[in-house]
Amino acid sequence: MQRIGDAPRTRRLLIGLAVALSALFLLLPLIAIFAQAFTEGIDVFWNNLSDEYTLAAIGLTLLVTALTIPVNLVFGVFLAWLVTRFEFPGRRLLQTLIDIPFAVSPVVAGLIYLLLYGSSGWVGSWLDGYDIQLMFAWPGIVLVTIFVTCPFVARELIPLMQAQGSREEEAAVTLGASGWTIFRRVTLPNIKWALLYGVILTNARAVGEFGAVSVVSGSIRGETNTLPLHVELLYQDYNTVGAFTAAALLALIALFTLAAKAGLEWRATRREQFR
Amino acid sequence: MSIRLTNIAKTFGRTTALEPLDLNIADGELVGLLGPSGSGKTTLLRIIAGLEQPDRSRTGSIHFGERDVTNVHVRDRRIGFVFQHYALFRHMSVFDNVAFGLTALPRRSRPSTGEIRTRVNRLLEMVRLEEFANRYPAQLSGGQQQRVSLARALALKPDVLLLDEPFGALDAKVRQELRRWLRHLHDELGFTSVFVTHDQEEALELSDRVVVMSNGRIEQIDEPDTLYRHPANRFVFEFLGDVNRLEGNVQDGELTCGDARLSVDLPDGHQELLMRPHELKLLEAQSPHSRLPVTVTSASPIGAEVRVELIADWLPEPWQATVRHADFERLHIKRGQRLFVEPRRWHRFGNAETHDQEVEILS
Repeated sequence: MQRIGDAPRTRRLLIGLAVALSALFLLLPLIAIFAQAFTEGIDVFWNNLSDEYTLAAIGLTLLVTALTIPVNLVFGVFLAWLVTRFEFPGRRLLQTLIDIPFAVSPVVAGLIYLLLYGSSGWVGSWLDGYDIQLMFAWPGIVLVTIFVTCPFVARELIPLMQAQGSREEEAAVTLGASGWTIFRRVTLPNIKWALLYGVILTNARAVGEFGAVSVVSGSIRGETNTLPLHVELLYQDYNTVGAFTAAALLALIALFTLAAKAGLEWRATRREQFR
Repeated sequence: MSIRLTNIAKTFGRTTALEPLDLNIADGELVGLLGPSGSGKTTLLRIIAGLEQPDRSRTGSIHFGERDVTNVHVRDRRIGFVFQHYALFRHMSVFDNVAFGLTALPRRSRPSTGEIRTRVNRLLEMVRLEEFANRYPAQLSGGQQQRVSLARALALKPDVLLLDEPFGALDAKVRQELRRWLRHLHDELGFTSVFVTHDQEEALELSDRVVVMSNGRIEQIDEPDTLYRHPANRFVFEFLGDVNRLEGNVQDGELTCGDARLSVDLPDGHQELLMRPHELKLLEAQSPHSRLPVTVTSASPIGAEVRVELIADWLPEPWQATVRHADFERLHIKRGQRLFVEPRRWHRFGNAETHDQEVEILS
């Protein structure tokens, strides 16, 4: 018996098409990035990489990511817990609100933050009185990055926690466990893989975010320039090799993230089979 | 430990899950909460456990013995709770599941690791699962999982054991076995148990007393025997077993319905009589008291009896009769055969009166 798509010719055609398209649209650009970065040899690559401003950009990107992840980790778990374990008016609205950062273009998100927290904005002008500047400084970059990446963890957790239900937690509470014990010993082990997955996605987005950050950063070299912004800046300076060096670095981080994600998925399926 | 509920009610938004009710359960009693789905039995159980709060607007109270637990959090009520779908911790081994209550105790009251090990092993021995200590819940059968869940609930030596449809998800044979085993355990350990079920057979077999519920109300609380013989109202009667219905007009002590008739001692007017399948006698000829002609549509031997389905053009829905194998053979009952029914007794529930009028017909 032959199933749909089982005809050898169709199958070969479809596989060939998929491979060709992936190579053209996904693999080739990736190779091009590294090829461009190394066109003038390893020394130039190294020089570009150890450039003062590039190092500053790397540092800032790492700082932003390091601050974003814990905030969104806690926020995501809290939100998912709230939405899946409690009934309250506005619960559905809250579930929809979580998706706003996905629905809104990052540039728009950046602009909103600029309007609110900029020196002439509602909150910004008040903060200005205390000599606190958020926009065109690293705290602003952190703020918009948190905004753009905040749904990832919650989005991973909510469907899982909904499917698992609260029965195990109820069982734990009838056995006298405190809230913290329940979270640590029952909830967390059940959601840890999804949580890690959410963190990986958050990390990927936080490192690579361009649109929102470019609006609020002001792109001051060595101060408010993140790695993606640095790529653009170098490119506009006609320093193609430098731009591609920074881009190669970003691509490398992305590849590591993908590897981590694939590793987790592999682990998850293996666990399923074991069960 | 005795359980005393006073004036407990529960509403979810606009729907009433429980109407205000009182319930007393004696120390060491095994009580079944029986009712169809939506009758409020699970809500009642969860309120006893503290997993659900009764309505605040009423001044209801819950006492365990002399202790007022109305405002005591579930974690401090010292109950054991067995969930319908076991709710085992899926990422923990059987051993860790059973040990959970002990290891979650605050440090000062927590037994030593060695003592926990001994106690858990003793519990696993009790539920005959010693060899499964290192397995994970997903590697166990439903019956084994339920036994783990019981051992886990008993680990803290609760005074009160609450079970929510404990055998609902298991197949008939395992269910029978676990039922007997639970009864045995209950008698041996002497805790007070309350369990929820929608299976009347389970409730009647397992409980010292059964609480029959419908629509958030308690319909009757009695021992299984009394409950079956003297149902308080029509709902209880119908819920506890199969029912055959005979409706007709009574005139001069005779009820007629199409070409069927039955001598009854009732006032004139429309009447409805109810009969259990085992209260019907099958005859080859009509008797002086009755003429209820029927046709056999099926006869199936179920255990010690034969279940016979009967139709007639005066019956809106088929009747069921259970006869002994001896009678079955004597009458040569087969499909399409025409017989006469004579009720040994019948029940009647008026609209106003709550108690049934039960009439035994001697012949």
